[in-house]
Amino acid sequence: MPGSAPVPVTRLPQPLLRLSGVTIQYASEQRLVTAVQNVGFEVFSGDRFVLLGPSGCGKSTLLKAVGGFLQPAQGEILLDGAPVSHPGPDRIMVFQEFDQLLPWKTVHGNIVFPLCQNGVGRGEALERAARQLERVGLTKFAEHYPHQLSGGMKQRVAIARALALEPRILLMDEPFASLDAMSRQRMQEELLRLWEELGLTLLFVTHSIDEAVLVGSRILLLAPHPGRVRGELNVPPAPGGRAGEAQHALARRIHGLLFDEPQDERERAAHG
Amino acid sequence: MVDRSARLHAFERPDYLREPEPALPDRHFATRLSPWRRLTSVTAVRQVTLLVLLAAAWQLYGAWLGNDLVLPDFAKTAAAFWHGIIDGPLLLRAWTSIRVLFLGYAIAIVLAAAVSLLAVASRVGNDVLALFTAMFNPLPAIALLPLALLWFGLGEKSVIFVLVHAVLWPLALNTHTGFLGVSQTLRMTGKSFGLKGPRYALLLLVPAAFPSILTGLKIGWAFAWRTLIAAELVFGVSAGSGGLGWYIYENRNQLEIANVFAGLLAVILIGLAMESVVFRAIERITVRRWGMQT
Repeated sequence: MPGSAPVPVTRLPQPLLRLSGVTIQYASEQRLVTAVQNVGFEVFSGDRFVLLGPSGCGKSTLLKAVGGFLQPAQGEILLDGAPVSHPGPDRIMVFQEFDQLLPWKTVHGNIVFPLCQNGVGRGEALERAARQLERVGLTKFAEHYPHQLSGGMKQRVAIARALALEPRILLMDEPFASLDAMSRQRMQEELLRLWEELGLTLLFVTHSIDEAVLVGSRILLLAPHPGRVRGELNVPPAPGGRAGEAQHALARRIHGLLFDEPQDERERAAHG
Repeated sequence: MVDRSARLHAFERPDYLREPEPALPDRHFATRLSPWRRLTSVTAVRQVTLLVLLAAAWQLYGAWLGNDLVLPDFAKTAAAFWHGIIDGPLLLRAWTSIRVLFLGYAIAIVLAAAVSLLAVASRVGNDVLALFTAMFNPLPAIALLPLALLWFGLGEKSVIFVLVHAVLWPLALNTHTGFLGVSQTLRMTGKSFGLKGPRYALLLLVPAAFPSILTGLKIGWAFAWRTLIAAELVFGVSAGSGGLGWYIYENRNQLEIANVFAGLLAVILIGLAMESVVFRAIERITVRRWGMQT
């Protein structure tokens, strides 16, 4: 890798999140399965960093490791220079599944509860909850229970709850994959708006090339079985959050990288 | 060729756009149900109707049979029930039963909570719970009464021991199953809020598993109630102030069969009240409101 990496022209600031040589293994019934092999990347403050790859490339596994839910077999994960050892409110995860909300608490209660559990005073918690609910446009639904909301609204609550905790980095595991196409598009645009307003740092997992190009500012491509780094690409900025020709070209390029090449390799192997 | 394009043209329609007409409130379209339909859609109404029919059938059969030693009719049973409450010992007997029952039930809940929390906290606890529920759940609690009488003597302690046994295992089993069923997403969510140990269990696992826990509480209640009445029947003979089971046994010995039926009625009514008032209310303010049970 060092040979192929371009020499940085300007000195980069200290990364917010740094993974180096991370290998993650699962112990299944019979054997040890390597999900992620020797993966390293750096996320800087303000990045919209996307982990992209086909299923089996370990992108969700990597995200869980950053969340502190898994310990890598090798390598290290540093947040602000300190190793990640357990889950914590500085790395809040937004999941794809709708059941990430506590069904026994109202929308408002879902946002206030983790704040109160983390030493935020009652008054401050109420104020933050109101602010975030307003930000995602759900003030009217504060007293509703999660089961009374649509899928898109549930994801908004999950995002509002995460934002209220003011994490260092927001981890998103295919957060819009369960939504219908129209809601998904609206949520992608809203996420970009929130990123702009609040200066968030995102680590976003998706298997959709279009979504990666739309949401991301930098994309880590992963190859599957086990998950290995295929490359890291910059996304040209899309003014107004609308994908233009540059974005479409990038999407085509990524498509080629992810889907065409392995086939060529297989063919070459078959002929050779 | 000319023909075909003419046909295609005939189906071609122009585009149009317009403002959608203003939305009317839902009630504008609501159709009124007939009074009969509305009445019969209430479960309670249907159930009460069934009960009335049952009582009528009982009354007719009892009157036709004309043998109060075998089956006193409904009117006589109702009268015996009324007298039992007003100037008889029925209320006192019922209270004795309920007091013992709640004592046993409460102890069993505490133990079940401890056992199931141990089971989620450690593998050994898990194995212990799995083994014990497999062993004791199929064993009728009443079968332990002879042993309990030997250990704790005649009296409340023995009954409570048996009651605890009747409630503990189904409740622990359901609670544990509920804990295991809490989704991975919810678990990770709780952990990322920094919840750990007892707070994680109490603030996340217990509410998330509450539908299962409630099922366990209901099963436990039913087991406890029938175990208690059975236990009172067995050794109520020598106890000073017995419960409802003793009331039934005593009156059978004195051939006061209407009182026997009154006692049975009391057993049924208390069971029914607990199920359709207490547990229904708990369901309404918890799992139904949370959308965890439809």
